[in-house]
Amino acid sequence: MLSVERVDFSYGPVRALREVSLSVGAGEIVALLGANGAGKTTLLSVISGLNQPRRGAVRLEGKTLNGQKPSALVRAGLVQVPEGRQVFGPLSVEENLQLGAYCRRGRQQRQEVARDFERVYDLFPPLAKRRRQAAGTLSGGEQQMVAMGRALMAAPRVLLLDEPSLGLAPLVTREILDIVRRLPGQGCSVLLVEQNAMGALSVAQRGYVLTNGSIRFSGTATEILNDRLLREAFLGPEHQADPRDGQP
Amino acid sequence: MSGWEQLSQYIMSGLTTGSIYALAALGFCLIYNATHIVNFAQGDFISLGGLMMYTLLGAAGLPALVALPLAVAVVAGLGVVLEAAAVGRARSREITVLIFITVAASLLFRGVFKEVWGKQALAVPPLSPDVPLKLLGATFTPQNLWILGITLAAIVVLIYFFNHTLTGRAMRAVAINPKAAALMGIDTRRMVRLSFALAGALGALAGAIITPITTASYNVGVLMGLKGFAAAVLGGYGNFLGAIVGGLSLGLLESLGAGALSSTYKDVIAFVVLLLVLFVRPRGLLGGGEETRV
Repeated sequence: MLSVERVDFSYGPVRALREVSLSVGAGEIVALLGANGAGKTTLLSVISGLNQPRRGAVRLEGKTLNGQKPSALVRAGLVQVPEGRQVFGPLSVEENLQLGAYCRRGRQQRQEVARDFERVYDLFPPLAKRRRQAAGTLSGGEQQMVAMGRALMAAPRVLLLDEPSLGLAPLVTREILDIVRRLPGQGCSVLLVEQNAMGALSVAQRGYVLTNGSIRFSGTATEILNDRLLREAFLGPEHQADPRDGQP
Repeated sequence: MSGWEQLSQYIMSGLTTGSIYALAALGFCLIYNATHIVNFAQGDFISLGGLMMYTLLGAAGLPALVALPLAVAVVAGLGVVLEAAAVGRARSREITVLIFITVAASLLFRGVFKEVWGKQALAVPPLSPDVPLKLLGATFTPQNLWILGITLAAIVVLIYFFNHTLTGRAMRAVAINPKAAALMGIDTRRMVRLSFALAGALGALAGAIITPITTASYNVGVLMGLKGFAAAVLGGYGNFLGAIVGGLSLGLLESLGAGALSSTYKDVIAFVVLLLVLFVRPRGLLGGGEETRV
């Protein structure tokens, strides 16, 4: 579905991405892992058209996307949930969701949009109870649900999720990830960008590890979890094997 | 004339000019929310509204029902041109640079208006024939009622637009978080252009309804625009409800202040209020930060 081919990107003289390639297949959840500053968010901004790559291409089902306006990408079925949720705080939950369907204004789409409202409320039951409430007054987990629901209202084929667990309690993170796991069943593949590697790998089938702007490793979720070197070097010390292992 | 009659007279004229300040303040807010700049050409939108009414209603003899929408459309178009040809085209996104572009545009507009319409004051016919009316001791003309009614109608339309239409909500979304709005596929540039058009339309409306009382001239809107700016600051810059409250309060303060002191000080009052607000409560009466904007 989504393929990123040898993408280079620089902020002025600073090279932020170096020949990055990755792919997300139909019905897949793919994790993009890496420490803070590894270039994850930069890569997402290139994929979603906010930044243009210096070299390389982003394709959705074979169609080249880079160079197109963000609205064209949304129409093509590529939608991003930005880091830090970025809900429209003063607007109600319902208004936020409605804006997610901004690109689906045609007459024949009206019924589909109405159906998707119900689908989103089914997926995120807490939102159904807070339709009229200002999104900015919700809890962090609920705001993440608004941000994801808003993106799903655009009927994406590929959802780009940037750090959905950022700042959330472990239990809430679990709840969000459980919902992510259900998305492929609804016809939506997911590229899940996370610092929380363990959480992301628990729902993803495959993963890529990004360090200093290039892909250092890719493989199945189990391969990444079992690679001792990767665990120590890239997934952070909190994921290292228990130090008591191997001691008498 | 008794004290009460005088008071109701001052209140009537205060609400009339206050309506104009409110319309101008709303124009400032619209553009500020979309771009974070102060549009110093807002006053020239008012001037052009009046000048167009002079030409269409007075010189060309069109009926008011045709002339008014036409004048509003022309000035809304000028707003779009200001965005498309200057503000949106600037290489720099620096706020001060963009503000100075509007200052330059304002001077340019004024020069062109002076070339086309000359320097003299031009009489604009009222929307309906002048017959003096009396209410609670205040004497006024049907034009006063037109001003109050049209301002109220404009406010109702704006409230409906921003709260109940998808485009209106999209404009609010762009004001709240342009990056997230762009990720939803909302064309932020188009929304900015639309807010310039709306600001132009509000300015035109203000100019079209006040000039039968003040007469039109190439720079009639400049002082009204500045007072509209003061009103927007008083209400809380960028706050929609604040612009309305600020405009009406400023109009009343001016009228009552001129009555209590002397009409010599009428224009001073707005700017004393502006300075006091900036010293004492810079966020204005209703300004509470990001959450209450639009």
